[in-house]
Amino acid sequence: MRDIAFGQYYPAKSVLHRLDPRVKILSLTAFLVLVFCTSNFYSLALVATTVLAIVLMSSVPLRLYFKSLKMILFIVLITSLLNLFYGTGDPIYQFWIFKVTLSGIYNAIFVTVRIICLILVSSALTFTTSPTDLTDALERLMKPLTIFKIKVHEIAMMMTIALRFVPLLLEETDKIMSAQKARGADMESGNLIARVKALIPVLIPLFVSAFRRAYELAVAMECRCYQGGQGRTRMKQLRLGARDYVSMGVILLVICGVVLCNVLLPSVR
Amino acid sequence: MEFITAQNLTFSYIDEEQTQVNIEKADKVLDDVSFTVKKGEFVALLGHNGCGKSTVAKHLNAMLLPHSGKLYVNDIDTALEDDEFTVRRMVGLVLQNPDNQLVASIVEEDVAFGPENLGIEPKEIRVRVDEALKAVDMYEYRNQPPHKLSGGQKQRVAIAGIIAMEPSCIVLDEPTAMLDPKGREEVMSTIKKLNREKGITVVLITHYMDEAVDADRVIVMDGGKILTSGTPQEVFSQVELLKRHRLDIPQVTELCYKLRACGVNIDTLSLHTDDCVNKLAEVLL
Repeated sequence: MRDIAFGQYYPAKSVLHRLDPRVKILSLTAFLVLVFCTSNFYSLALVATTVLAIVLMSSVPLRLYFKSLKMILFIVLITSLLNLFYGTGDPIYQFWIFKVTLSGIYNAIFVTVRIICLILVSSALTFTTSPTDLTDALERLMKPLTIFKIKVHEIAMMMTIALRFVPLLLEETDKIMSAQKARGADMESGNLIARVKALIPVLIPLFVSAFRRAYELAVAMECRCYQGGQGRTRMKQLRLGARDYVSMGVILLVICGVVLCNVLLPSVR
Repeated sequence: MEFITAQNLTFSYIDEEQTQVNIEKADKVLDDVSFTVKKGEFVALLGHNGCGKSTVAKHLNAMLLPHSGKLYVNDIDTALEDDEFTVRRMVGLVLQNPDNQLVASIVEEDVAFGPENLGIEPKEIRVRVDEALKAVDMYEYRNQPPHKLSGGQKQRVAIAGIIAMEPSCIVLDEPTAMLDPKGREEVMSTIKKLNREKGITVVLITHYMDEAVDADRVIVMDGGKILTSGTPQEVFSQVELLKRHRLDIPQVTELCYKLRACGVNIDTLSLHTDDCVNKLAEVLL
């Protein structure tokens, strides 16, 4: 229960780790769009190499990336197989009702590379950015939304508190489960319905204690003069440094590169 | 100079106007409680669970307001002050469960939470956070997540979070109740150090008699009333009174008391082990 890879942050001292989290989030967003804008092999190759470069620069062990890829391996297989058999044009190879066409192969390659790129870039973000930095950056990025009466500070505070209490509640679940087992509760046998029912004696105490914790936390926050986001300052100021501007420049170059590849070079597919 | 003056505080969790019932005597959590705390003093507030200690603590930083009677903090009447945060800036409250009072998932960010709420300049917050963490000896853990720390360490972080707001007084509501003996000792020595070296007024609420022994003054509460108060020596010498209210006394004090009852010649009851050893040696040799 406690082994849930929480936040997935991998502390290290790479350039990516030291980048401003806002730049990282914006770059990720740009990349997610970019991956789907690749219309020929040249631009796809450009995006894929950039992603590989990012992965290698993160100084996060590659096995962690493989781990996150493994989780979606099934989806990749299914989608690429579907694409493989649903191509149009002259079949290269055919048996029974399945026919493989050139466009099908191309589609399959495109889909596979795109999904892998998506997973790799987003893992790179979560591996190199601590959860607190992420919430912090999100709060600042969402700041303009306050004009639409969206309570940005409150949302960010909720995320901060959730991050703080998730490991605590996991620990507590463990404890309650042990306590109920010690009283003879059976949680491992029986069919699905029986097992879900067996969870009720765990969930009820968990909820009760979560509410008690919430109340106490509210008291503690009031004791520390918390009065919402107004008039609040932050200890850690995010400031864009040289490396942030450089990386934004690189991302812009890649975007231009992809556009040029798409427009100027012949589409192979 | 009196920093806190409580005059005839009465409080009940039942709201008289709302429920339209007269508050029975038994429902009163605080019943005519008066005491003072001087600036720089270390006061221990003792009593059983449910005797009203925690309610007193919440009055001291205006989390609760008295139903009758007055509470002055630094000459400000907590009930008349419009902005409860002026009182809360001066009196910081540390609660019992360290897990439920830490907000952020990194130690230094949690300590910064209070000063951030006060709207202090980022550079100044950095200075205060570092100082507060050093004062409680947790500076090297500043980048750790709280759930990786021991109970005593977490409680010290909670104390740092309060002193980063630079209050003149900290109130600790049973800060050691959930800790193991080692954690208790860490927290207690931190509290004493803050009182001695930084001159912070300390009100320590506890039910461990051993912790009250080192205070300048002890106030004992029972059933929402003040039972007795005075120096630890004065209070713990009233063994019969404390026993009648089922309150403990420090082990060595009880030893001296029982020996005296048996006819051993002991003039004052010891509060500390070494003092007791010396006295016994005197008697025996």
